[in-house]
Amino acid sequence: MDSGILIKNGNILRFSKGKEQKADILIVDGIIRRIDRGIEGGSHRIIDAQDCIVAPGLVDMHTHLREPGMEHKEDIGTGSRAAVAGGFTAVFCMPNTAPCIDNRSVAEYVFDRGKEEGLCMVLPHGALTLGQKGEALASIGDMNACRAHVHGFSDDGNPVSDSEVMRRAMEYARTIGVLVISHAEEKALSEGGQINEGYYSTLLGLQGIPAEAEEIQVFRDIALAEKTGASLHVAHVSTAGSVRLLREAKKRGVPVTCEVTPHHLSLNDSMMVQYDTNLKMNPPLRSEKDVQAVLEGLADGTIDVIATDHAPHAAHEKEVEFDLAPFGVIGLETCLPVVLSSVVAEGVLKMGDAIRRLSAAPAEIMNMSRWGYVAGVEEGIAANLVIFNPDIEWTVDPGLLSSRSKNTPYRGARLKGKVLFTIYRGNVVLEDGGGTPAGNDGGLDMDRVAGPVHGEEKQKA
Amino acid sequence: MKEPDNGHRHLLSVTQLDRGRIYDLLDSARSFSEVLSRPVKKVPALRGKTVANLFMEPSTRTRMSFELAAKRLSADVVNFSSGGSSISKGETLKDTGKTIVAMGVDAVVIRHKSAGVPLALTGWADCSVINAGDGMHEHPTQALLDLYTMREHFGKLEGLKVAIAGDVDHSRVARSNVHALKRVGADVLLVGPWSLMPVEMEELGVGITGSMDEALNWCDVMYLLRVQLERVRGSRFPSLQEYARRYGLTTSRWSGLQKKPLVMHPGPINRGVEIASEIADEVEVIIANQVSAGVAVRMAVLYDLLGGDNG
Repeated sequence: MDSGILIKNGNILRFSKGKEQKADILIVDGIIRRIDRGIEGGSHRIIDAQDCIVAPGLVDMHTHLREPGMEHKEDIGTGSRAAVAGGFTAVFCMPNTAPCIDNRSVAEYVFDRGKEEGLCMVLPHGALTLGQKGEALASIGDMNACRAHVHGFSDDGNPVSDSEVMRRAMEYARTIGVLVISHAEEKALSEGGQINEGYYSTLLGLQGIPAEAEEIQVFRDIALAEKTGASLHVAHVSTAGSVRLLREAKKRGVPVTCEVTPHHLSLNDSMMVQYDTNLKMNPPLRSEKDVQAVLEGLADGTIDVIATDHAPHAAHEKEVEFDLAPFGVIGLETCLPVVLSSVVAEGVLKMGDAIRRLSAAPAEIMNMSRWGYVAGVEEGIAANLVIFNPDIEWTVDPGLLSSRSKNTPYRGARLKGKVLFTIYRGNVVLEDGGGTPAGNDGGLDMDRVAGPVHGEEKQKA
Repeated sequence: MKEPDNGHRHLLSVTQLDRGRIYDLLDSARSFSEVLSRPVKKVPALRGKTVANLFMEPSTRTRMSFELAAKRLSADVVNFSSGGSSISKGETLKDTGKTIVAMGVDAVVIRHKSAGVPLALTGWADCSVINAGDGMHEHPTQALLDLYTMREHFGKLEGLKVAIAGDVDHSRVARSNVHALKRVGADVLLVGPWSLMPVEMEELGVGITGSMDEALNWCDVMYLLRVQLERVRGSRFPSLQEYARRYGLTTSRWSGLQKKPLVMHPGPINRGVEIASEIADEVEVIIANQVSAGVAVRMAVLYDLLGGDNG
């Protein structure tokens, strides 16, 4: 037997067990071989997980990795490093690249680049329509059949405004058996908007993006999913009205799932008073009433998934007039600590439920069983794990994040909970919390973030 | 609003002023107004200081008013006017700020079509920043000079009934005036269709009505806003004709009033839209007074931020 990795003394989060269990985990050849108390060290590399939680690697079904075409913001390498620094072992990236992921060639390019980096699974979502123009359907079937096996289709930030096109896209998606992801935004209402419409848009003299711009399209897409029988996933739900519509739709049995971002769970529009472009994203930070509503939606199961909408932009693109700055914030590296601080510590979800919304739930929606990917900690499955200490407090220093872009809304925030190790297919891809502030919680060093690159072929060899 | 801290004092928003500071500025403006009535209209208060007027949006009266104010205080003035944004020249706002630092100016007076630019500039420019109008956000010195005019006319501000009529949504002047008037204890009623009102404006403690007649019968001051056709996206009201009939100060409304309010307007006037041409001629004096008060008020602001121990 090859020498493997032995994770000692961790509190293991097994969905099958209901609560955390103190035990050791032995990983050999990339597979979890044994979970038991008091496993002997032998020649194995030992990772001490005392005081830590060992959980399934996280899955982010909504990121923007900017490759191909916008590598000055992020590429699949830096995006993968940011992912594993945040405890993710699988990320899905949106098709708004240049060229756009609307055909098998680009889909396979992204997939291959992810494998080449080898730090985590990188799987593309495909565009629903050609060039995300909302007119002609993209090659949904070809992208699904190619080696990237695209399962999620979305025009993301350019949502399909023509309801007839959306209807036919859903019917076609149903036939292929794939998921339609809706960035719900009625552009006629949101055009020119900068922040949430409300007291703060009035106070700051910034054009508002009304909640109804989101809710009208959430309603439309629920109606079309109900009619066509297509599987619908609503991205980044941000308003009380959307949560209400989705709760009712699920009660009626409409095939719809949805996600919320960590920032919509933890920040509100009162924070816009400094005109900080690093807090500018779409959908925008909403009112505190909306924040409470999405937290409730998460608590009662209306919201299935937490996803980051990691959207890197270069500093020079954000250091401009507020209304000219692009929408989007990064989120991979702050996601778990924000969820621990704002969701788990606040009693909205128990630890196990929160981790499920960050791993098993998106894995199931994205049909990851087709990849043999199981988001869990069980004997006999591939070792995709995150080890984090829920009690370490740290301050977000954008300069120390792995993402190429530093546009985090949590600059200077004190967060509780720190990812220390990420293991992907049995390889340690994040070592000892690499990339965290030196001296803050353990004297760690940026150069140690990435760890070795393990491609699939290399692994077989 | 929290005052940004780059070691200098700024005027970015009326929300950073309390009642006491507003009155101090108005008192100071009154002293400067006395200076402006002398044969030699100049004091050495800011000798050796440099003020940069950075006007990134067309403006005549405000820019000239600031320039005169600085010169009357013996400051050196540099003017920079440009349409468009920094980005249209391929420069970030941050670089614009750094360029200003390199010039070694003591204050930047900035007018910009994007809200929040004056505040952003305080993070990048090592000098005082004065907001001369940013997008739909604020125009604090306009509000101060409007309060100055009302105070000179009525002798007090507390309890004054002020109606602000027209395109409130696109108006930085309305926002700054609402903040300022509420701070000195005046009552404010906004007049116009809901389609020209910002959402949740009532949260600022103002009333809203669609009836110009109701407002005219109630108010001591009728403050007319210019319809900013260049900022309006989509259709906010049916036509200028209907606007004039329903929300304008027409001759029939004016002649029917028992007690005529003080009519004010920040200019430039759209004759025949928010105000009938005949009435505009009748109240011309007040509008001209507003303009001349502007220099005194801006002298007060520049002196407050740059004069004495603050320099």
